[in-house]
Amino acid sequence: MSVVATDLQHAVEDAAAYLYVWALKDIPQDLRDALADAQNRETSIPGQRVLTTILKNVAIADDEQNLVCQDTGIAVYTCRVGEHFPLHPTRIYQALKHGTERATVEHPLRSNAVHTITRENTGPNTGYRLPIVHWEFIADWDGLDVKCVPKGSGSENMSFLKMCVPADGVKGIKQFVLESIVGAGGKPCPPGIVGVGIGGSADYAMYLAKEAITRPVGTRNSDPIVAELEDELFELLNETGIGPMGLGGDVTVLQCHIEHADTHMTLNPVAVNYQCWAARRASAHISAEGEVDYDREA
Amino acid sequence: MAVPGSSAGQTRTRTVRAGSRTPHEKVTELAQHEVTFPITDEREILKLRAGDEVTVQGHIIGIRDRTQIRIFDEGVEPPMDLRGAFLLHTAPGVRKLGDGRYEKVCIGTTTSARMVRFTEPLGAQYGVRGICGKGGFPDDAIEPMRKLGMVYFAIVGGAAALETTQIEEIEEVAWEELMPECLWKFRVKDFGPLTVGIDAHGNSLYHDVQSAAQEKLKELYARL
Repeated sequence: MSVVATDLQHAVEDAAAYLYVWALKDIPQDLRDALADAQNRETSIPGQRVLTTILKNVAIADDEQNLVCQDTGIAVYTCRVGEHFPLHPTRIYQALKHGTERATVEHPLRSNAVHTITRENTGPNTGYRLPIVHWEFIADWDGLDVKCVPKGSGSENMSFLKMCVPADGVKGIKQFVLESIVGAGGKPCPPGIVGVGIGGSADYAMYLAKEAITRPVGTRNSDPIVAELEDELFELLNETGIGPMGLGGDVTVLQCHIEHADTHMTLNPVAVNYQCWAARRASAHISAEGEVDYDREA
Repeated sequence: MAVPGSSAGQTRTRTVRAGSRTPHEKVTELAQHEVTFPITDEREILKLRAGDEVTVQGHIIGIRDRTQIRIFDEGVEPPMDLRGAFLLHTAPGVRKLGDGRYEKVCIGTTTSARMVRFTEPLGAQYGVRGICGKGGFPDDAIEPMRKLGMVYFAIVGGAAALETTQIEEIEEVAWEELMPECLWKFRVKDFGPLTVGIDAHGNSLYHDVQSAAQEKLKELYARL
């Protein structure tokens, strides 16, 4: 058992190191398609200029094997752990941390991690409670899915929470999302993915908003009522005219994704977490035997 | 796109009709300029109008939060000439070659709004002409830029792979102890395309876009 665990831990560590760099250099096809579609829709001249430059930048990152954006972000992982996966989450976390450090040192990548008060660097993109991991546990399964989402600070700084009251209803949710994105203007590098978390509690709503930005672009919530709200907000946000990089235009967001949780009868929380146009993510499926299957689309 | 043969401190301009495709008011006629920095002649700056496209040649200076805190809050004179300079909001990814020499790895641009309070002293005390970053400056920058003959250039945030290819060389570094928030002198070629976000005539694309969006919000709320 311990031998298997050790091998598995190395497999997860290797995967994390690979995923971090891969995510930073090679953006997923669904995002490339969404950016190309945005360029086709945009009619403002500064907006066109921005989208043409973005697509050129993605092509140069491919050709030169360079990073798409210089901000290597804060390392965020989402893990779906099968009930029978033979490596405890404690060890999975260690593996993700070591993988993040190795990628940062070996590439090398810019290290952004600092102590939140002293502002001193705490390590190669790691530190106390860094990286950040979202966990989900899956019954009757022995696999592990890992997704790396390097999160840039320009967009993370544009995060907003409001404890609407039940009497504000869905209208209050829509208004808050709209005013947040208009207020953010060009700062979060639009057009990106607007992640919205609704329900649960204050902290959980923001957690769900972050979950929402990790989904492939344009996927829809499995609850049709929530999916309908995603469609409506997507349309409304693109009517604001903020445009690419906030310079005015038709395309303000590439998508709006919503994750939800049931909540208390007196609560109506809404959280917004923005993901910039360079919405980087990369995934791997790891079997109980330690076989790693990298997945560009997940 | 770039007009060849321009010399230092001069702008070359051509005008493009936007046609009827754009529904966005105020930006119906846009010029393309090639500009070589540093620029000390204010007339060159006054040729640039909000919305115009600009490609930059010559030398630019990388600067960030901590660099400007040192200059203005700690009162330390910058060891580089900023007269007529084009400043870039950046903390570049670099590789050290030896004694004060660095090569580029990945150079991109950061959010400008955090540094807006330095606009007026940069122009008034040091004669800076251009500030380039992403995401724009709030309205506080409009009046100092008009008064002092300065322009805010909007770059495409996140497009660091492209930006890196347009920086030919890191020529000088000062205040290495602030790494990566040092003062950097870069030689650039065809740096851009940039958009004039705020011009020296008192126009701000960000102000116009935000005002229109606030009006639009009222209409959208009424429909909810």
